[in-house]
Amino acid sequence: MIRNVRREALVAYVLIAPFVAVYGLIFVYPTIDMFVLSFQDAPLIGPGEWVGVENYTRLPGDRRFDTAVWNTAYFVLLTVVPGMLVALGIALSISRLSGRLQSLVMALFFLPYILPVSVVYRIWDWTLNFQFGIAMHVFDMIGLDRVPIFKITTWFIPAVAFVTIWWTCGFSVLLFLAGMRAIPGEIYEAAALDNTSRWRMFRHITWPLLWPVTALVLTIQLILQLKIFDQVYLFSQGGRPNDNLVMVYYIFQRAFMNDQGGRAAAIAVVLFVMVIAISVLNFQLMRFSDRRE
Amino acid sequence: MSPATAKRANLAGGAITLLTVICAVIWAFPIYWGIVSSLKPEDEVVRPYIELWPDTLTFEHYWFALTQTQIGTWYVNSIATAVGTTLLTVVTSMFAGYAISQLRFPGRTVLWWLILASFMVPTQVLIINHFVLMANMGLLNTWAGIILPQLIHPVIIIVYKQFFDQVPKDFREAAVMDNAGELAILFRIYMPMNWGVTTALSIVTFIWSWNAFLWPFLAVTKTEMMTITVGITQVWDSFGVYYARQLSAAVLAGLPVALAYLLFQRRVTQAITLSAGIKG
Repeated sequence: MIRNVRREALVAYVLIAPFVAVYGLIFVYPTIDMFVLSFQDAPLIGPGEWVGVENYTRLPGDRRFDTAVWNTAYFVLLTVVPGMLVALGIALSISRLSGRLQSLVMALFFLPYILPVSVVYRIWDWTLNFQFGIAMHVFDMIGLDRVPIFKITTWFIPAVAFVTIWWTCGFSVLLFLAGMRAIPGEIYEAAALDNTSRWRMFRHITWPLLWPVTALVLTIQLILQLKIFDQVYLFSQGGRPNDNLVMVYYIFQRAFMNDQGGRAAAIAVVLFVMVIAISVLNFQLMRFSDRRE
Repeated sequence: MSPATAKRANLAGGAITLLTVICAVIWAFPIYWGIVSSLKPEDEVVRPYIELWPDTLTFEHYWFALTQTQIGTWYVNSIATAVGTTLLTVVTSMFAGYAISQLRFPGRTVLWWLILASFMVPTQVLIINHFVLMANMGLLNTWAGIILPQLIHPVIIIVYKQFFDQVPKDFREAAVMDNAGELAILFRIYMPMNWGVTTALSIVTFIWSWNAFLWPFLAVTKTEMMTITVGITQVWDSFGVYYARQLSAAVLAGLPVALAYLLFQRRVTQAITLSAGIKG
């Protein structure tokens, strides 16, 4: 069969034109612009003076930057692995169920993921309300002192991490469930004939076969949680935002509240490099483990 | 297994099932609590004990939110921008996915790498430059300004490409023999085969863009241009410190996506497992 090469290419260009236009405008150009801006002493909008790496050299001594980096790292630590374990636990219990009951339980666990962040914020702000929150009744029952959770720096990041796991866990549960469905039933049947205990089945069959999904969940979560902003911003309202800074929040603060586009861009570049480095490293690790198998 | 051990296993299984159901109920409880509180009169909301069902059921807070605030306008903005984002993303991605999967043209590899690269770039780092760009184009406080920077969804293209790759080559060859044009092949053969995927991807794109916060929050400063997810967190005066009013506004903001999920549960979960590259 002879392909009409020129016509095919022409059709292809027509089909990709809208996509290329959009990507050029809102992906390629802004990415380049971000790097350029990070070398300038510029306001948010308008021209700036070229200052070389000054925006970067100022970062290490900057207290707000330190807070942002530490809080981001702390938040990632509190969400990624714990969130994965919670999701795995939920997925294991859901996979035992069947029929209507399974879809009902699945829906209950998954529903929070569907909600907008501002709704999640409202719900938990209400649930954990210092005066009227239903969680405070639980605190009273266990004998803990009531605390205005989101107003206290020590509680803030752990509390936001908790809410975030509740909010986003359904996504990971789905991935785990899909992974479990891909494991052939015969393996379990064979193991059941040998009278293998539940724990041994999990330890020697489910867990190793689920490892690729686990790695995927961890990567997605790691990259997602590094970029956290919405929840931190919303729960900080009326509190002490400067103690609760995370990387994207700090970019937002420098650019939109201090009108320092150049310095904000430098922070953006640092976060950009971190995310890319983790993605690439992870890709290499996955390839390495694929080859080993 | 002896009958006794089988019975014990059944009992243990039943206990675990019960425990799972209890956990699921506790998990979703805050959502229920938010909804129930929004249906109570304000004085009942702040009572110092737990009431799982209101003494007096009232819709006054919903009525207030709908008539006394700009929530109606925010709804319109949310619908317009979420539908716009969804249509543009799905259509451009479908075309691009088809071209990359089925057609040979110079620049194809470069384009594919660009898509894979954009997968890794966190769009949150681009907020400054998106803001400057939209300001220069005069698009702040417009629907276009909210939509445009949200069109980076490489996942959708990747899923489409994978689906088009799986279509057997015979279909295409037969159509080419019949002298069908490329667009006819796309619209008459490839797309009808992928309606399910298209629906699934459209629903999740809609949910994602309805829920978007950071960008719409930056792109809009005028109250009447806000989307509902931003509006209910940014405007305090109209709600005051009335908890039930704020909760009813939150319920209204979450309702469309919750309904979309409950109606299309299977499609939503399908789209999410597809987007993660897992065959469920």
